[in-house]
Amino acid sequence: MIWESRGTRQAGISRRILFYSALILVLVVFIFPFFWMAFNSFKTHEKILEYPPAFVFAPTLDNFKNVLWQSDVVQYTRNSVLIAFGSLGVGMILGLPAAYGIARYGHRKLALGILVCRMIPGISFLVPWFIVFRALGLLDTFTGLVIAHLVITVPLITWIMIGFFEEVPVELEEAARIDGCSRAGVFLRIALPLVRPGLVSAGILALIFTWNSFLFPLILAGVKTKTLPVLVYSFMTFDYLDLGGVYAASTLVTLPVIVMVLLVQRQFIRGLTLGGVKG
Amino acid sequence: MASRTAEIRERPKASPAAAIGLSRWVDQHISWFFILPAVLFLTAVLAFPIVYTALLSLFRWSGAAATPPAWVGLRNYADVFAGDPGFRNAIFVTAYFTGVSLLIEVTLGVGLAQLLNREFLGKGIARTLLILPVAGTPVALALVWRHMYNPSNGIFTWFAEVLRLPPQRWLADATTVIPSLILFDVWQWTPLIMLITLAGLVSLPADIYEAAEIDGASPWQAFWRITLPLVRPTIVAATMLRFMDSVKTFDQIYVSTQGGPGIASQTLNLYVFDQAFQYLHFGYASALLVVLFFVILAGNVVLASVRRGQA
Repeated sequence: MIWESRGTRQAGISRRILFYSALILVLVVFIFPFFWMAFNSFKTHEKILEYPPAFVFAPTLDNFKNVLWQSDVVQYTRNSVLIAFGSLGVGMILGLPAAYGIARYGHRKLALGILVCRMIPGISFLVPWFIVFRALGLLDTFTGLVIAHLVITVPLITWIMIGFFEEVPVELEEAARIDGCSRAGVFLRIALPLVRPGLVSAGILALIFTWNSFLFPLILAGVKTKTLPVLVYSFMTFDYLDLGGVYAASTLVTLPVIVMVLLVQRQFIRGLTLGGVKG
Repeated sequence: MASRTAEIRERPKASPAAAIGLSRWVDQHISWFFILPAVLFLTAVLAFPIVYTALLSLFRWSGAAATPPAWVGLRNYADVFAGDPGFRNAIFVTAYFTGVSLLIEVTLGVGLAQLLNREFLGKGIARTLLILPVAGTPVALALVWRHMYNPSNGIFTWFAEVLRLPPQRWLADATTVIPSLILFDVWQWTPLIMLITLAGLVSLPADIYEAAEIDGASPWQAFWRITLPLVRPTIVAATMLRFMDSVKTFDQIYVSTQGGPGIASQTLNLYVFDQAFQYLHFGYASALLVVLFFVILAGNVVLASVRRGQA
């Protein structure tokens, strides 16, 4: 800030040291649980139970081996991936035209209506859905779970993409119109290719949210369709037998999210605020 | 060969005027074709459950297909408000949890944003690292926090000992369970408030601060008199957002305490979940959902009027 120029050089240096110590402290606090998660996943169950907590130990990969080979983690991962990509694909088909329509033709009230989905707690859909899904035979099916997660991905994709479509220059679209392109053609051939970077970040965000989702699969999924977070949760039952497994499973489910966050970074905040903030 | 070219040349004439009219009509009303699929879908999966929930709240039903719902009128609502101790507890827990964590997160988030609003080495890395608590899989994080809070071998228990604090039972004690959950929530969500506020701070014009400095304002005064009023809309928006999500908090509490010990951390959300899927009181749970809906609506109206009052 401007005020910093006032002090002497020495004061500037000590202020800088103070700032960087504060920064490091903040980062350590916010990263510690992730570190601890990964750190403990290399300890044996007995080592994790040690008090005071062990900082020096012989790392082992047994926890990961157990999780990967003794549980159905592969099947659950496949379920998670299928549901995440299914609700991403359908979410794009529904959300992209909606975002374009709102960005180009107004309909702000409808946009707010779509935002309401964000307000209502998941549990309020869950009771009626459970009853209806059961009647329609949609419990424990991928169709049912994709439908449920569309409630997350459609508003998310719509609201993020409104901002990107608004940045497409209207002149380009008008030129295409003059050349005889239909309005739908303008959307498909001009606007969509131009918002490709936005598509990538909206897509990754949708994947993160569906991947993390726990409440919907907890109730709507069954033996066939259970997802990773439900599996990780079920490890808790073995809390006193295999804490190593709990930590390894937590690490495994979190790892893809960290990779995806690294890919989207700033867009993530835009997504969480549903386009409210250009981070 | 010749006949085929003739056919192609004929085509525009041959296609009926109605078809051209239709495609032109579609083109003119295209905006609806863009929007309607999403709106219709969301209406089907959202509006229907809302109506259904409102109706079901007038019945008593165990959810069993064999026994149809029994009409009870407004009795479920009477039960909710006539002193269901579980409901009263849930309202208290929700207000306590949401109110305190919101207050801490906003204060801390704005403070940290002010701290990080400058150029420094590794700014991009710091920003990315701070997103992680917000993005991490809540179930996994809750399992880790649950064990960090373990009274006999959790690392927080050790921290407390090192800092010579009295021994804590964290999530296992009815008096400390909510503060412990609040600490978890603050850890997870303060970065979001911070990053939103930071985005607001960056867009503030620098010349106001130059003018303030020339007029002899201290940095402290500049923060209270210039920065805060200017980013207030951003902060209020972030608070509203956080409020909506805070009331919805489920995964973290369900995984780390399941509402316990006893019902000491049973928020409205968890109470509804238990009533529906544990005790199969679908009618009663529906009545609770209607109440929950109005609680959220009321909270948002209050925050929105705060926003308007300050705009």
